[in-house]
Amino acid sequence: MKSFRILTVAQAISEGIAQEMTRDSNVFVMGEDIGAYGGIFGATGGLLDKFGKDRIIDTPISETAFIGAATGAAVAGFRPIVELMFVDFFGVCMDQIYNHLAKNTYMSGGHVKLPVVLTTAIGGGYNDAAQHSQCLYGIFAHVPGIKVVVPSNAYDAKGLMIQAIRDDNPVIFMYHKGIMGLPWMAYFEGSSNAVPEDSYVIPFGKANVVKEGSDLTIVSISQMIQKAVLAANELAGQSIHAEVLDLRTLVPMDTDAILKSVRKTGRLLIADEDYLGFGLSGEISALIAENLDTVSLKAPIKRLAVPNVPIPYSRPLEQFVIPQVANIVLAAQELMLKKIPLLADL
Amino acid sequence: MQVGKEKLLWMYEKMVQIRYYEETMASVYMEGKLPPAIQKGLAFDIGAGIVPGEMHLAAGQEPVAVGICAHLSDEDTVVGTHRPHHFAIAKGVPLNPMTAEIFGKVTGLGKGKGGHMHLFDNAHKFSCSGIVGASMPIACGAALAAKKLGKNWVSIAFFGEGAANQGAFHESLNLAALWKLPVIFVCEDNHWAISVPKSKSTSVEWVADRAAGYGIPGIKVLENDAILVFEAVAPAISRARHGEGPSLIEIKTDRYFGHFQGDPETYRPKDEVTGLRKNDPIAILAKMLRDKKFMTSDEESGVVLKMHQLVDKAFDFARKSDYPSANDALQDVFVNGQKNTRALV
Repeated sequence: MKSFRILTVAQAISEGIAQEMTRDSNVFVMGEDIGAYGGIFGATGGLLDKFGKDRIIDTPISETAFIGAATGAAVAGFRPIVELMFVDFFGVCMDQIYNHLAKNTYMSGGHVKLPVVLTTAIGGGYNDAAQHSQCLYGIFAHVPGIKVVVPSNAYDAKGLMIQAIRDDNPVIFMYHKGIMGLPWMAYFEGSSNAVPEDSYVIPFGKANVVKEGSDLTIVSISQMIQKAVLAANELAGQSIHAEVLDLRTLVPMDTDAILKSVRKTGRLLIADEDYLGFGLSGEISALIAENLDTVSLKAPIKRLAVPNVPIPYSRPLEQFVIPQVANIVLAAQELMLKKIPLLADL
Repeated sequence: MQVGKEKLLWMYEKMVQIRYYEETMASVYMEGKLPPAIQKGLAFDIGAGIVPGEMHLAAGQEPVAVGICAHLSDEDTVVGTHRPHHFAIAKGVPLNPMTAEIFGKVTGLGKGKGGHMHLFDNAHKFSCSGIVGASMPIACGAALAAKKLGKNWVSIAFFGEGAANQGAFHESLNLAALWKLPVIFVCEDNHWAISVPKSKSTSVEWVADRAAGYGIPGIKVLENDAILVFEAVAPAISRARHGEGPSLIEIKTDRYFGHFQGDPETYRPKDEVTGLRKNDPIAILAKMLRDKKFMTSDEESGVVLKMHQLVDKAFDFARKSDYPSANDALQDVFVNGQKNTRALV
């Protein structure tokens, strides 16, 4: 019988990495404060003791150099995992990511193989202001050539991490600080769940129906899934049955699962912690719009996201711009009251 | 360059003010962040309390801020780091709106939008950033502006020793040297880039030695001492004011608190800070002032009291100020009240 324990997301990620490092000597980890510290957000906890400093490498604050080095080492047959503490920090090394890591495979006609996993922390909710609270998965999903993984819970995090390491392509693995289960930051308890001790993979591009429902579909990822589940539970008490769909990965995106659910419910609410403009919520809305010949909407699509402002520091401001459980409940209630009038009635 | 009595007393006052500010902040910051007020199972909640979010304090690093800023006027620019309070105070940023900003209040420098790593004060030409190494290019720009305007203003880029391994460091030094910009790059070597010691991150023992690669002076300050900093930086300031270009200064200093408040500091020897505090630069300067008869014990007590009152008043002002209203979050993406398109809520 398989053995399960309740793990935090941080523990699940580090366990997944450890199992792959044991299985494959080509896997190694580089990043800032990932050794003795175990990663600022705990994603590499315990790895230095297990694998030593030749495979768990603390780097200088030289992101262009060490992320570029991951690309070079991958060409030579290694499978580097590279952590950059906060997604907000990628600005200093984006060229190595979006012009090289993401493109070299394509520009080489598929001859260059780059099995690199970038890991980084995303998200706000703890008042760390505009340079330490963004999600930005939309930016990475926008650039062709990188797979984008954004787990919502420990079970998924481990299986997706192992899949990411085994994937022969660049993957960015983005964990929300507010689900990691750190002893120094509030988190959503639903994110810590039962995780098998054995190694397992979760394939990319397979969304998870977290909660079934018939009245509306709530599509989301990451920490927002935990908020959506709480909202769905509250809505159930009002006889509104929301289906909660966790995309798990943005690239590839499980478009079939979204279409299937919206065909069933006829109503779509997208809850997103990234910026509203030109991002995930627009992408999913476009998917529905392009398939209106086979999807019958009962109400217009509703999007909840950060309203195109940087994340403000002050608590009431931050709470206002990041969608909360109450916003999801309210948006769902409104969606149930809306109708799409016939053209003749307009 | 000898430091006169007036400057010495100014540096002492500012150091006392900075230290008390940081210690007060350390204590206020913990309000509401400990059990049982927080989520069960947590030891500490970084997002709770009256001052939420990360908090990087600079106690111990006062000599760097005052030794440099003692040379500056309001027209000179300072760009600080994610650990910015000592620089801001030494540059003359008023304590009330600065503290209100750190509390997230509408009376703050940025109306609560910036927070402690993002303090902006145009009147005193002060700004800072939460991104490692980001001060250097921006300080180059202020220096370029001074040069274009034909003024003898200088700009200071403060950064930590960890930031000397950023591309921004090397690019900025080259640009400033090439264009002879009046900028002084000031490296605060507090020995720790979060958990990584300098010896494990930096290819040379001295960041200042890298100045040679850009053909500019590299100056080393071996002790955490305000007077030594003041004297060492004087030729660099003079060089910049006379249009002769940039300099790189490296100062050995000490971080008394963790990287951030709540940092378990498992990477650092337990008694390290106890040892560092034995060489407290404020106590050393106070003793020197007394020995030179620049300050009596009574005057010393008077300075301490006055500085503490200023800080207490600022914290009181911040506490009593209002929060911005939630809708304010949508303003200020662009200047002059221009609409932020698609700000749907």
